[in-house]
Amino acid sequence: MHAGFIFLAVIVGSILFHVFTPWWWTDIASNWGAMDDTIVLTFWIGGGVFIAVCLFMIYCVFKFSYKEGRKVEYKPEDNKLEIILTVVTTLGVAALLAPGLIVWNQYINTPPNAINIEVMARQWGWQYRLPGEDGKLGTSNIVNINDQNPFGINLDDQNGRDDILIQSDELHLKTNRPVKILLRSTDVLHNFYVPQFRAKMDAVPGLITYYWFEPNKEGDYEVLCAEYCGIGHYGMRAKVVVDNEENYEKWLEQQETFSDFIATLNGKEIKKIKLAKINNLNE
Amino acid sequence: MSDDFYKNKTSIEAQPSRTISDSSGSVSDIDYVKPAEVSDQDLYHGHSFITKWIFCQDAKVIGIQYTLTAVFTGIIGLILSWLMRLQLGFPELVPFITAEHYYQFVTMHGMIMVVYFLTALFLGGFGNYLIPLMTGARDMVFPYVNMVSYWMFFVAVLVLMASFFVPGGPTGSGWTLYPPQAILEGTPGSGAGIILMLVSLALFVVGFTMGGLNYVITILQARTRGMTLMRMPLTVWGIFTATVLALLAFPALFVSVIMMSLDRILGTSFFMPTILKAGEILEYGGGSPVLFQHLFWFFGHPEVYIVALPAFGIVSDLISVHSRKNIFGYRMMVWAIVAIGALSFFVWAHHMYVSGMNPWFGFFFATTTLIIAVPTALKVYNWVLTLWRGNIRMTTVMLFCLGFIVTFVNGGITGIFLGNVIVDIPLSDTYFVVAHFHMVMGIAPLMVIFGAIYHWFPLVTGRLLDEKLGKWHFWFSFLGAYSIYFPMHYLGFIGVPRRYFEMYDSPYITSAVGLNQSITIAALIVGLSQFIFIFNIVKSLRMGKPAGKNPWKANSLEWQTPNVPPAHGNWGDKLPVVYRWPYDFNVPGAKEDYIPQTTPPSEVLEAKVEKT
Repeated sequence: MHAGFIFLAVIVGSILFHVFTPWWWTDIASNWGAMDDTIVLTFWIGGGVFIAVCLFMIYCVFKFSYKEGRKVEYKPEDNKLEIILTVVTTLGVAALLAPGLIVWNQYINTPPNAINIEVMARQWGWQYRLPGEDGKLGTSNIVNINDQNPFGINLDDQNGRDDILIQSDELHLKTNRPVKILLRSTDVLHNFYVPQFRAKMDAVPGLITYYWFEPNKEGDYEVLCAEYCGIGHYGMRAKVVVDNEENYEKWLEQQETFSDFIATLNGKEIKKIKLAKINNLNE
Repeated sequence: MSDDFYKNKTSIEAQPSRTISDSSGSVSDIDYVKPAEVSDQDLYHGHSFITKWIFCQDAKVIGIQYTLTAVFTGIIGLILSWLMRLQLGFPELVPFITAEHYYQFVTMHGMIMVVYFLTALFLGGFGNYLIPLMTGARDMVFPYVNMVSYWMFFVAVLVLMASFFVPGGPTGSGWTLYPPQAILEGTPGSGAGIILMLVSLALFVVGFTMGGLNYVITILQARTRGMTLMRMPLTVWGIFTATVLALLAFPALFVSVIMMSLDRILGTSFFMPTILKAGEILEYGGGSPVLFQHLFWFFGHPEVYIVALPAFGIVSDLISVHSRKNIFGYRMMVWAIVAIGALSFFVWAHHMYVSGMNPWFGFFFATTTLIIAVPTALKVYNWVLTLWRGNIRMTTVMLFCLGFIVTFVNGGITGIFLGNVIVDIPLSDTYFVVAHFHMVMGIAPLMVIFGAIYHWFPLVTGRLLDEKLGKWHFWFSFLGAYSIYFPMHYLGFIGVPRRYFEMYDSPYITSAVGLNQSITIAALIVGLSQFIFIFNIVKSLRMGKPAGKNPWKANSLEWQTPNVPPAHGNWGDKLPVVYRWPYDFNVPGAKEDYIPQTTPPSEVLEAKVEKT
């Protein structure tokens, strides 16, 4: 069989695979539909180029396969053709880049009404801190962290007193309100990633990084750590629940503030910081 | 000495002018080549077995030594990939693969394949063998340093392999070795494993620098008469530019390796901020993990092109020879190689879009990254335009070239996804990335390596490889590899993260179990099919068809040596003189469909050559 047929089958197979694939994006649950759109645009332009180049190649393989004495074109260069190809490629690349950069600009500029949420990562689990009634997170420092102060909040910063501490690995968000995720890590790199929200960013020890999104679909979502963080990386998962306003308020009321936390500690014997199950992996 | 060369020159040119005295009259003018500026090279000729085959200074033997050592590491890398795939496709089938081992396999597979296999094979292997032969030099300019280069590489490989046998095993920090985890407990091999990895990399860089200076200086200084830069085969251009990149990029790896060793051993804090671990603050503070990533990728991105550019160059020559047509747009091809090389130093942070660096960098690095797509696309166009109206021999070599075009275009396009910063956000750290870089810098360069081995095996051994086995090898490798990596992109779309030992019952993966299994099966088949290749090599070494001189009717200099395989010193008594570029195929008016670079114009007066 002529090799050209097999190459053709590969290209046709690729297209069919793409059309009929059951493996595709999870349903989006945030405002970042524009990311999906840029990907689809890239698919059309890029896929078109891939198919065109391969089909041209396959045509040549069929049409110009070896024959003794075949007349071969002798044309070392063709300036006009090369200029046309350069210009067309440049335009195609610009058409992909421009919309991408516009969306990127949205991604790095957080809307002013976003709620700040601190996500604090460690090997191998997540904790969260929400601003209290003052709407501000207190400043923090990793060296302050101890059993009485699991987030290392600076004790002389009054903004920190009413911060809401969530030491379970379940975080609730409310629909249709942007959140700015502020990422901290106490040890190594991590990355707070929920596939349905599309967005992600590394948590880096020594830095506070951020990204934002607006959840717009109620439901339970799985958090995956997306930056390799040691042997327990694959088990570093958690749950995000997107609630409507009412359920969210209900959940929020049950959470304790930093002041509450200190008060309970003073009353009882100091309890150990709850660690996620995954820490057992170390043993 | 230059006087001798002048005599040589006249003796070469005197002959045709005597035989065709009745033509245009100024025959000796059209054959004029500038005299040599430096004297011929004195070589140390080994006499014992040790000086001829072990501590050998002949670039050709060193090239073979590099190739064999690199292929050995490549086989280790292949076995590691099988073990990883078994775990991913059929978790718990192989009981000894624990999470710890899995991460060690991932790390060692990545580092071996990128640095010790591909880089060493392209530059150390093909570079050493081909540079002197293709440029018309007798050897590298510093043969002794070249020998030491190989042995440094050999020691680097030994140190790397030793890490499999130390307590705690090799490092499992991922091939990117990101601190802080790479040197902290909680990552496999954070004791002796990571230290040996860092030592091995440092040795590799030292060894490579010795070889790299040789390649660059040989190409710039030791080309034979008439071999202008713009007459060099694209293979040499690709290796040359890649070597320049490597000489500029490896120092960044070297310093980051030294700095991380100091952090690990002496407790400095170059990359280590204040860290709380197991309830205690460690004795580090003030360092930046992101700094390491900048240094690593300042090396790491050019590294991609250190592998890709030699592949670009080699495949250009293979396509031209096997379709009996000049490479289309040679000058554009040269400038594209140089432009890609230069641009590759301004795109590194596209590996770091989600690293937490200043987000404004995203605009800059997305733009530079997509600009690099333009010269790269032009190269692709020129490859397929070379096929256009050619006379294509469907040899095994050509099949591998076509396989390269398909996989490279595929992987290049997914690179545009990942380079465009906003598209990268959902895809980064997923299997889309794994599929992309395997397609573009794993499979595509491998296709070129195989094609190149089928092409140059007759030169190295004097015997042809078996074409029938070669074709089976190609179809298993190409179709198998494509069916591993093409569907793998779709795992990334689902959102399956990379470097997961196991997905448990995550809702994302349940739909992909079958896909993961089929990928694993394909990976096993592709790996096994490489034994066809090894069998072919072993069989053809003894029983292959004798190749004779220049079996592919190629024009470049390496096929014009007096002996096949070429002897030490390459050219016998007289260095060759070059009169044209290496792509004069099917020149109108010429009797044969090729004109070797050594053929003076007076011998092919009737050929209407447009470019020399």
